[in-house]
Amino acid sequence: MSLDDQPRFDTLAIHAGAAPDPTTGARATPIYQTTSFVFDDVEHASSLFALQAFGNIYTRIMNPTQSVLEERIAALEGGTAALATASGHAAQLLIFHTMLEPGDEFIALRQLYGGSINQFNHSFKKFDWNVVWADADDLTSIEKAINPKTKALFIESIANPGGMVTDIEGISKIARRAGVPLIVDNTLATPYLCRPIEHGADIVVHSLTKFLGGHGTSMGGMIVDAGTFNWSRDGRYPTLSEPCESYNGMKLHETFGNIAFAIACRVLGLRDLGPCISPMNAFLIQQGVETLSLRMQRHCDNAVAVAEWLSDHKKVSWVSYAGLPGDRHHNLAQKYCPNGAGAVFTFGLKGGYDAGVKVVSNVNMLSHLANIGDVRSLIIHPSSTTHSQLAEQQQIAAGAGPDVVRLSVGLEDPQDIIADLEQALAAA
Amino acid sequence: MDHTGYSEDYIRGILNEVRTIAMVGASSNTNRPSYFAMKYLLEKGYNVVPVNPREAGKTLLGKHVYETLSDIPDAVDMVDIFRNSEAAGPLTDEAIEIGAKVVWMQLTVRNEDAADRAEAAGLKVVMDRCPKMEYGKLSGEWGWLGGNSGRISSRRGALTGNRVQSLSIGPGKY
Ligand SMILES: Cc1ncc(COP(=O)(O)O)c(C=O)c1O
Repeated sequence: MSLDDQPRFDTLAIHAGAAPDPTTGARATPIYQTTSFVFDDVEHASSLFALQAFGNIYTRIMNPTQSVLEERIAALEGGTAALATASGHAAQLLIFHTMLEPGDEFIALRQLYGGSINQFNHSFKKFDWNVVWADADDLTSIEKAINPKTKALFIESIANPGGMVTDIEGISKIARRAGVPLIVDNTLATPYLCRPIEHGADIVVHSLTKFLGGHGTSMGGMIVDAGTFNWSRDGRYPTLSEPCESYNGMKLHETFGNIAFAIACRVLGLRDLGPCISPMNAFLIQQGVETLSLRMQRHCDNAVAVAEWLSDHKKVSWVSYAGLPGDRHHNLAQKYCPNGAGAVFTFGLKGGYDAGVKVVSNVNMLSHLANIGDVRSLIIHPSSTTHSQLAEQQQIAAGAGPDVVRLSVGLEDPQDIIADLEQALAAA
Repeated sequence: MDHTGYSEDYIRGILNEVRTIAMVGASSNTNRPSYFAMKYLLEKGYNVVPVNPREAGKTLLGKHVYETLSDIPDAVDMVDIFRNSEAAGPLTDEAIEIGAKVVWMQLTVRNEDAADRAEAAGLKVVMDRCPKMEYGKLSGEWGWLGGNSGRISSRRGALTGNRVQSLSIGPGKY
C-alpha cells in the first residue's frame, strides 16, 4: 500500500491491529486468556525483560488480544502507539504517573466528568500531584493558571455531563506556548466524531467503557500517544528523559522516540501499579469498535431527535446539547465534530428536584443508572445520585443542579425513546 | 526523492534486499539505542558489522568492531548511521565510496545534502527512522507493544526465523 493509499476510518475500525492468527488461522482475534507466555530460552527472556526484543511476557504488561485493541485505537486516533488499561480512570492514573513528580501541578477544566474531578481533587493530592482548575468558556483563565510547576493541561473534547464542546485548538496553542503537553479525554466523542490529535492534542485518553465498547458490558481505558511532544527538551519530564534505574539506565525517550510516552506508561506505570485490562474485556471492546461509525452516527441522530423534542416540551426549561442550532457551543461542535455532537446531554425541569426524581422513577424503557455510552438509552438525575453529596451551589457549578437530568441516548427507535420520556414527564 | 515519509514497499524493499549492515556508532553500552538495534538486527539474521573508532579492535555482540567503513573487508549493503546529522555528511560519502546500496540515518538524524549526493550515486536513502522499529512494523511485532504499524493485512503471518515470535516480513512468504 502506498503512502497516499492509507486505509480509511471504517476499514481501520475493522482491520487495524488484527490479522489471522499465525498458528491456527483463526480469523477473529482470539481471546488469549493466559497470564504468561513461554520464552524460547534464557537469552530470549533477558532480551524481552530489557526491552531489547518485542514480545509477550506477562499479561500485567501486555497480551496479544489487548495489543490488537491498542493498535486499532491508535490507528483510529492517528496516534503512534497506545496502551489499554483496566478502566478510564486507570488510564488517567498512568498518564499522570508518567508525567508528574510530587509537587508538580497540572491544569484541568472544571467542565469534566465528576469522577475525574474526584480523582484529581482527592486521590491525586495524596501523591502531591496538584490540580489547578480553569474554565472552558474563558481561555484566559487557563493562561493565568500556568506557572513553572505546570506540567500538563487536561480537557474533555465533549464534556460530561453538559455535552459542551471544548475549543481544542485554542487550548493546544496555550499548551504549546507553555511547553506542556495537552491531554484530551475523547470518551464522549470517540475518534469517529472528533480526532483531537488533528487539533493539537499530544495525548488522547479514553474510557473504553462507554461508546467505544458501546454495549455496556466491559470496563476499559486507553492512552494514545500522538508522538508529538518533545519530552527531552528541558528535563521537566525525567521519567522519559533521564536514565531509568529499573531498566539499567536506559533513557526511554531516546530509545523509543515518538512512542516513548505509551511505552513508559506500560513498562513503568502498568508494570508497577498494575491496572491491566482483561483479555476478555479487550475482546468485547474490540467487537464494539468494529461497528463504531454505524453506532455513533445513529447515537447522534437519535440524540438530535430527542433533544429537539425536549426543547419544545412545556415542562422542560432548557436543553444543553451542542448538536442543537441555538446552543452556545453549536459553532464549536460544527468545527470539532461535524458529524454530530455525541449523545450525552442534560436538560432542566421546571419542576426542579422533585420533578427530576419523578422522571427517573417513571421511565419504563430507559435505564436509570450511572453509565453512559450504551446501546440502551440511559437516564440519571445527578443531584439525587452521583452528585447528592455536594452542596446545592457545588451541584450547580458542576452542571448538576437540582433541576438537571442527564441522558445518554441509545440506539432504540427514537420514537420509542421519546414515547417513554413523554409518559415519564407526564407523571412528573 | 521526498523524505517526509516512506511507503511500506520502499522500506520493505530495503529490509528484504540488504544482508550486511555496517552500523556506524554501534556502542558496547548495553542501555544505548544502537546496542538495542544491533542486537535485534543480528537476531533477525542480518550480518551487522559495528564501526566505532573508540572501540575499534574489540568484539561487540560477537562481531569485530572496525575503525572506519573502508576497513570492513566484506561487501556492505547498507550503512546505518548512529551519529549526528552533521557527521552523516562525510559518512554518506564514505558509504558511496565503499559501494553500499543504502544509506540509513537513525531517528532524529537528517542530512538533505548528503541524501542528494547518495541518490545521485544510485543509493537508496532513509532518514530519521530506526530499522529495528521499521522491521517491527512490517513484521507485526510493533503492535505487540501497542505501536501503530499503519498497515492492515488479511494474510496469515508465517512463523519463521530463529524466534517463535518472529514473523516473516518478506513479500510472498505468507
Ligand atoms: C468523560 C469520562 N472520562 C473518564 C471516565 C472514567 O472511565 P471509567 O469509568 O472507565 O474508569 C468516564 C466515566 O464515566 C467519563 O465519562
